[in-house]
Amino acid sequence: MIQETHFNVFILALLVAIPAWAIAVDEPFTVTLMTRAVIFAIAAVGLNIALGLGGLVSLGHAAFFGIGGYAMGILAFHQQTYAPIFEWPFVIEGTKSMPVIWLVAVVASSLAALVIGLLSLRTSGVYFIMITLAFGQMFFFYCIGWSAYGGEDGLSIYVRNGFPGLNTLDPIQFYAICFSILALVLWIVSALAKSSFGLALNAARQVPHRVETAGLNTKRIQLAAFVISGAITGLAGALFADLNRFVSPAMFSWQLSGEIIVFVVIGGVGRLFGPVVGALVFVALEHILGGLSEFWHIYLGLLLLLIVLFSHGGLIGMVCGRKAVHD
Amino acid sequence: MTFILVIEQILNGLQFGIMLFLMAAGLTLIFGVMGLINLAHGSLYMVGAFAAAAVAGLTGSFGLSLIAALAASALAGVIVETVVIRRLYNKDHLDQVLATFALILIFSEGTRWVFGSFPLFLEIPEYLSGPVSLPGGIQYPLYRLALIFAGLLVAAGLMLLIAKTRIGIQIRAGENDREMIAALGVDINKLYTLIFALGAALAGLAGALVGAIQSVQMGMGEPVLILAFVVIVIGGIGSIKGALIGSILVGLTDTLGSVFLPQLFGLFMDTAAATNIGSSLASMAIYILMGVVLIWRPTGLFGARG
Repeated sequence: MIQETHFNVFILALLVAIPAWAIAVDEPFTVTLMTRAVIFAIAAVGLNIALGLGGLVSLGHAAFFGIGGYAMGILAFHQQTYAPIFEWPFVIEGTKSMPVIWLVAVVASSLAALVIGLLSLRTSGVYFIMITLAFGQMFFFYCIGWSAYGGEDGLSIYVRNGFPGLNTLDPIQFYAICFSILALVLWIVSALAKSSFGLALNAARQVPHRVETAGLNTKRIQLAAFVISGAITGLAGALFADLNRFVSPAMFSWQLSGEIIVFVVIGGVGRLFGPVVGALVFVALEHILGGLSEFWHIYLGLLLLLIVLFSHGGLIGMVCGRKAVHD
Repeated sequence: MTFILVIEQILNGLQFGIMLFLMAAGLTLIFGVMGLINLAHGSLYMVGAFAAAAVAGLTGSFGLSLIAALAASALAGVIVETVVIRRLYNKDHLDQVLATFALILIFSEGTRWVFGSFPLFLEIPEYLSGPVSLPGGIQYPLYRLALIFAGLLVAAGLMLLIAKTRIGIQIRAGENDREMIAALGVDINKLYTLIFALGAALAGLAGALVGAIQSVQMGMGEPVLILAFVVIVIGGIGSIKGALIGSILVGLTDTLGSVFLPQLFGLFMDTAAATNIGSSLASMAIYILMGVVLIWRPTGLFGARG
């Protein structure tokens, strides 16, 4: 068995080595694939806070991914058409600056997570799953009808948004941005998991009544985790929109919510690098199986069934063994 | 004019709601008795619709196509239950979500593989097509009226089954105490398969019936599945009565909302803006309804307390 920290360092090394190799042999498409994997990884790291640490099975995280995407789409669209978003009571212009877009994406998805969380945390278990799924679908239908921003067809953004000092149109530079954000998010999550908040959240998943007895409000802790989780997934959505230079209601689809859960579970629920491994494997499968057969989802489905029925702890669990403590 | 429109839309909402009930009833039974969240219920709806379309294409008989839908979806239900679902009863919700998500992928792509990507069409039979005159000079499609009656009939049958028969007693006992009913000598595995097949057949029937007014295509089941979830959240898990009332509430809210909200906003703003805001709000109406029920009664209108 390999120690989990060693395995994590190995994954980080892969995330640096593969794109470096791709640049050396002039394979920009591999860089784009890796960027896609890294962005999915950020979204899944976000979900893992709610799912892994908090035990909240959210089947509606595409809502936050989509909100992040539309934050980018709407801001860039207004900049592109030189039409301000609001003229009254004060003028708000669009923008093509990534940091501003990220900020808006994070704030908007946190707010959405706060409202959805407040409502869905009134219940638990299977109700929670169904309610998050339903709210995700609400955003999907809303955006289909939102004709001001393309409705069903979505919005195309012609030029990728800018980051001060970098040429974001160069695939490797954009990859570097996404990778840095992933690293930052992983660092935040690992610090969060070790903090008193993380410990309380973990305890609230395992023995909620004892946490209540200790004088902590479990629902409030879970709500905070859900909001942080949604914010990170929203940030990933903004990056994903920038990668494709396109947003559409498909970013809100329930399939995507399911896939983000799949990333987390393939890699290993509640493990720091689980979502990263899961996203990498998923994008690799999508590319390889998708090249072999038009119907690759059948194979993905079968593989997923096998993982659920016969494996415990995802791929990291297979490589590193079960966690020694607590679980 | 307005009165006739209102009645027509209420009937449309009822028809939509009753079809939702056929989906929600199976889901809520399966959750109530087996404690399983089944995302693949929408796939069984799709199987029913495709079986009906295939048989109708071969034989031209609407009756036979309905029987085919019931048989195919019940059979699919039995196979899925014995091969996969049975292994999930003792697992946590996350595993159930993933495994049934995997089943959706397999069913959807499998259907696309067999039938292709183009939608199929089911014809409404001669004897059920055309409008019918209702009191008050309302012309209403006979087929939709037949759907309402068929759905109500099934609902009544289901409630009788659960209230009066031996199977029904076992189902209710299973909802209350699984270990005890197994200890009393009921073959719990057989009961679970039976309930799953019953739920599957209801979903398949709904798929076939609705297939004649919409197109039959891959992925048709999931939007209905999610609406059925909304119904169950509103009605309360495990309650057939809750599912019925929830379905009708959702059906009416969605149908009436999409027709009347734009008109309502049209009273105090210009038409284009009213259509925009009204239809946006209408698309959110049932979720707002769900939110209100959650604030008022977190376990649904007829769910178990505590």
